[in-house]
Amino acid sequence: MSGELKLLKPGIHFMMGNIACAEAALIAGCEFYAGYPITPSNEIAEHMSRRMPQLGRHFIQMEDEIASIVAVCGASAAGVKAMTATSGPGFSLMMETIGLSAMLELPCVIVDVQRAGPSTGIPTFVGQGDVMQARWGSHGDYELVVYSPSTVQEFFDLTIEAFNTSEWLRIPVIVLSDEVVGHMYGRLQVPEYDKIKIINRKRYSGPREEYLPYSSETLVPLFVAAGDGFRIHMTGLTHDERGYPSLEIEDSHKLVERLVMKVRKNAKNLWKYETLYLDDADVVVVTFGITARSTEEAVRRARNEGLKVGMIKLLTLWPFPEDPVKVASQYARRILVAEINMGQLIHPVREVAECPVAGINYPVGYVPPPEYILDGIRAAV
Amino acid sequence: MSQKQILKEKIVEESPRDDLIRRERFPHIWCPGCGLGTVLKCYVEAIAASNIPIDKHVIVSGIGCTGRIAGYVRLDSYHVTHGRPIAFAEGMKIVRPDLEVTVISGDGDLVTIGGNHFIHAVRRNVDINVFLVNNFIYGMTGNQMGSTTPLGAKSSTSPYGCPEFPFNLPLLAAALGAPFVARWTTLHVRQLADAMKRALQVKGFAFIEIISPCPVGFGSYNDLREGRDFIKLFLENCIVDHSADLNKVGITLRPGEPIILGNFVDREVPTYHELELEVFRKAGWLK
Repeated sequence: MSGELKLLKPGIHFMMGNIACAEAALIAGCEFYAGYPITPSNEIAEHMSRRMPQLGRHFIQMEDEIASIVAVCGASAAGVKAMTATSGPGFSLMMETIGLSAMLELPCVIVDVQRAGPSTGIPTFVGQGDVMQARWGSHGDYELVVYSPSTVQEFFDLTIEAFNTSEWLRIPVIVLSDEVVGHMYGRLQVPEYDKIKIINRKRYSGPREEYLPYSSETLVPLFVAAGDGFRIHMTGLTHDERGYPSLEIEDSHKLVERLVMKVRKNAKNLWKYETLYLDDADVVVVTFGITARSTEEAVRRARNEGLKVGMIKLLTLWPFPEDPVKVASQYARRILVAEINMGQLIHPVREVAECPVAGINYPVGYVPPPEYILDGIRAAV
Repeated sequence: MSQKQILKEKIVEESPRDDLIRRERFPHIWCPGCGLGTVLKCYVEAIAASNIPIDKHVIVSGIGCTGRIAGYVRLDSYHVTHGRPIAFAEGMKIVRPDLEVTVISGDGDLVTIGGNHFIHAVRRNVDINVFLVNNFIYGMTGNQMGSTTPLGAKSSTSPYGCPEFPFNLPLLAAALGAPFVARWTTLHVRQLADAMKRALQVKGFAFIEIISPCPVGFGSYNDLREGRDFIKLFLENCIVDHSADLNKVGITLRPGEPIILGNFVDREVPTYHELELEVFRKAGWLK
């Protein structure tokens, strides 16, 4: 029985964001899903529980989010693509093992459907409060990639992209969605399968005795899976190129530098963003996720009022797309950062901007209406 | 050449399981009198005796003294986050049922910080082996009490005696439906190796609690300062009773109260893998 035939058919669909994410994962080749129930990400797990077994793939509901991300790492070590999905409280629980994924260089995808507020917050309402946690949540130095969708289509596309990037760089990749993008129904165009780029981690196939699991010859070492006969060792302890624990300062430098540089050196290839009306903009709104939808409407209305306003919608949040923001700031008088939090993405914007930066912040669990963002724009102009 | 050097070379030359040990990683980190070397020996013996190809064996361990065992075995070996090796092993085993995945880790790792994963993995009956080395204490990190420290035992965080009841692990595992449950000490080398061999054959979650001396850590707080003090304790107090009432096998370490050992449970229980195949059938993937 062919699994290919059971994937979501190419063509136009009308679909919920969370379900588009799950279908994208299936197309990307996800073989293992482990998760724990949490609002507002549940539709992903529910859909996967039905769909994965239809394709002979594995779905398991674990006892908590810690077990979920750890099991995902275990499956990845066995050589398969694996993912989990959660929301704020579960995301917090996963942090330690996101660091393990980075350290062992086990590719995986974590979807965080953000909800409102700190702690339990408002589980059924929207938020964008996990921007910094997604980047800095686990201890120690490491880098990862965070994508943020604002439409059902982007949720689908960026989920496939997340698998590709995680396999390419052997890192954890986070899809930072939110409650509204997760639950909204929208148009989804699924390309023909041969038009969808799928990346699989590069595997080592040379002589067994020459294999170095953490070779620093390249930024991304070649992978072997459990059971391949290489008898490798992987440890969360700082390790040398053989994968053995090491207290040598050179080994520590070599490892940590490589973990960081494999993302930093590829940053420009990882940046995804879209711009609107930047050519003559005095004021530029930088935004992402569901807030970008509201901002786009606000910017169009501002243009109708004759205000010279543009916007940058970031699809990659981390590594932060420095160049487009920096260039915009060289022509604009002011940059505004619109987000459903008290000011998180504004920090990297400030770091690179050459003009004054202010936030349009909306702390409660709703999408800021266009009027709210328009007020912020008018005040800035 | 000194006596010591001659002895070292002799040991290395005669090491019978070099193919399964990462000799380049020795000397190991374990203290004099520790039982972990025996656990390692029994494990590699069980692997060598198993009919499973060596490349299909995988070991996963967590953090702590016992957690270091994965680094000394020449197998695919994974040393993961504290308390989480069972969840890691589950993910691995589920996608690769052909692998023989064994978790070897300590009491603090597997049933204290990782207790939730332990109980759920037993309940699911994922086909992995869990060899839990119980030394009654957090050794590596400085001799703090844990969920297996006997009531009244002293440690760096129970200077007045541990005020909590410890786990009775064979009872816990059996109550959750484990198909194989055993307990041995590192003094019972042959029985331990045999139990491990059996565990590698058992379909489903195979659990062995291994009571292991910790003279430098637990012992220094509880008048068991030498390895031989533990051996004496084991010799004098251990009773082998395969059909023991598991309600009564909790360990107190009080004088005159026995440490009961045995292969307590060996039964057939449908495994997670078998039940998942049923899901695949219902979903239409398998006929």
